[in-house]
Amino acid sequence: MAEFLLSPPLLLMLGSVVLAAAPRNVLPRTVLRALLLALPVYSLWRFWGLDFGDYAQFKLFGQTLTLVRIDPLSRIFVVIFHLAALIGSIYSFYVKDNFQPLVGVFYAGSALGVVLAGDLWSLFLFWEVAAVSSALLVWVRRSGRAAGAGLRYLGMQMVSGVLLLAGIVLLRHEVGAAPGWAEFRNLTGFLEDGGLGFTNLAATLIFLAFGLKAAFPLLHSWLIDAYPESTPAGAVFLSAFTTKFAIYALARAFPGQSELIWIGGLMTAFPIFFAVIENDLRRVLAYSMTNQLGFMVVGIGIGTELAINGAVAHAFADILFKGLLFMAMGAVLYRVGHVNGSDLGGLYKSMPITTGLCIIGAASISAFPLFSAFATKSLIMSAAVYKEYFWLWLVLLFASAGVFHHAGIKIPFFAFFHHDSGIRCKEAPRSMIVAMVLAAAASMAIGLFPLAEMWFGTANPFYELLPYPVHYEVYTTTHVITQSQLLFFSALAFATLMRTGLYPPELRSVNLDADWLYRRVGLRIWDGVAAAFTATHRTGYAVAGRLAAAALETAQRHLGPQGFLGRSWLTASMALWVAVLLAAYLVVFYWRLG
Amino acid sequence: MAHEDHGKQGGKTYWLDRKGNVAKVFYALILIDVLWLAADFLYKKKAEFDAWGGWADGGFGFYPVYGFVGAFLLVLAAKQMRRVLMRSEDYYERRRGGGSST
Repeated sequence: MAEFLLSPPLLLMLGSVVLAAAPRNVLPRTVLRALLLALPVYSLWRFWGLDFGDYAQFKLFGQTLTLVRIDPLSRIFVVIFHLAALIGSIYSFYVKDNFQPLVGVFYAGSALGVVLAGDLWSLFLFWEVAAVSSALLVWVRRSGRAAGAGLRYLGMQMVSGVLLLAGIVLLRHEVGAAPGWAEFRNLTGFLEDGGLGFTNLAATLIFLAFGLKAAFPLLHSWLIDAYPESTPAGAVFLSAFTTKFAIYALARAFPGQSELIWIGGLMTAFPIFFAVIENDLRRVLAYSMTNQLGFMVVGIGIGTELAINGAVAHAFADILFKGLLFMAMGAVLYRVGHVNGSDLGGLYKSMPITTGLCIIGAASISAFPLFSAFATKSLIMSAAVYKEYFWLWLVLLFASAGVFHHAGIKIPFFAFFHHDSGIRCKEAPRSMIVAMVLAAAASMAIGLFPLAEMWFGTANPFYELLPYPVHYEVYTTTHVITQSQLLFFSALAFATLMRTGLYPPELRSVNLDADWLYRRVGLRIWDGVAAAFTATHRTGYAVAGRLAAAALETAQRHLGPQGFLGRSWLTASMALWVAVLLAAYLVVFYWRLG
Repeated sequence: MAHEDHGKQGGKTYWLDRKGNVAKVFYALILIDVLWLAADFLYKKKAEFDAWGGWADGGFGFYPVYGFVGAFLLVLAAKQMRRVLMRSEDYYERRRGGGSST
């Protein structure tokens, strides 16, 4: 029993529920917060003591379900999800209400459930719990826009869940009740074992279910739509889990699936165009997240050990630096009330610490030497080079210059520098700063470990966490110089565009994206269908009414008191008609007989 | 808006509030870029790709040119996208409103 209750997913989920249910007079706020922080810490400490293998198994309807399967791929995600839960909780202590950290930790527990699931049923269960609990983090903003965005978000998450369930059921149907059919592992290989290729519908449905949460092109707009509508803390939790466990699921089930290379390549490139013209700086970060997920998807598609290591390492680093950037923009949102690039500027004067930490996040996402993405994204880039994907490499290089442009420069520049907006506010609250410092320190540590390894021969604990052994040198002369050239010349392009006035000004606006298809076109079609239905209904009702009235009138005319059939007849005329009928009958009878 | 005015609002004029200093930052960036470009003379790169005569990842100045041109064109292309994609802030709130507002 303890194995179940103390498994990372259930410990965090049940723990947060118990803390939420505890009466305030029994559990003062500070004690509750201390216990809430102790949850991920204790859970990670317990997890660290476990070896690779299966835990918390039970039988249900003849199926063996495995809630906890620890292997090198799931381990690294378990570690970062605990860290994200801890950092997110600390960050969210800026509000007195503990609802956000409680839901955040519960959501983290469900995400842990996804990455630890040893079978498809357990995966599906936590997949859905994560969908619902994360929607609460959108709604917690309690604005009209958040209500709508949260509903659309939940709708898309449910579509993913339905696709996954349909895929699992079909898989069960096609593969039969062979032992281990429900094991969550390489589906491509598993299906091929059964004589079924990737065109197999079950695998395609599961692939799309994962792809929707990993923000594949055209399936991505729920992320852009919902995350920026959440609260400062809500967005930090949201940015950490759903998309990353989708990356884990793809890495688990579809490594080396070549379609992922071009899907990922597209994901790295198209969002950066949107990010350049987007005004809401947290929405810029959402586009930037799609772009970073693209790098991970490419890595999974390439599928070599180096590439998978790169994808997983980049997911780890992204949770930290994207969380840091969301935290910095959340601090601005909290202090200023909005994060519109058009109306911000000069905040470095009021929020110098947040500015500095945001710049660390910006340098990390841009893959500057010494910062985290330099030690993670380069694994994916090198994997593309080794497999000689020339055009893909050019796209990734362009996306790398682009990410520096919109996330590395645009975010800090328009929020904290640019023209002085005249806004004077307080520095971010202490809890926010502590959380940002933790994320910044971790981002820098990831970037510095390989350097320490090279110079001092110290171990690289981050690379040791990766699923495959790492034989890769990050800090080569070529890599440091070429990456710096790419980034500094990208910065020069930005500065030139700003000074020549060619850079498009930040404008209060909305840019159409794929969600336009259901928020506008879909709505119009729905309105059209509804109008057509109403018109048909009205016409049908009118025609039926008229026909009924006519029938009633005819019946009344013939059957009413004055009607031909309704009035009293003479007995003599009736006898006459009976005689006529009898005669007619006799004629017919003899005619037929003859 | 004049930078100086706002600097004084906070009771203090910051270094970056002076326009001349912003220009200094720009020139410093140009200098840094020239130095990074010059760094290509200091070592020998090994080309992994045969495409473009090995210039792509082995030749002089590829990364600077690609970074500058790529970022420059990215912004200009994105700017043109606004013509098609940009709508007013409350576009989606006006459910039955006109669809072609800007």
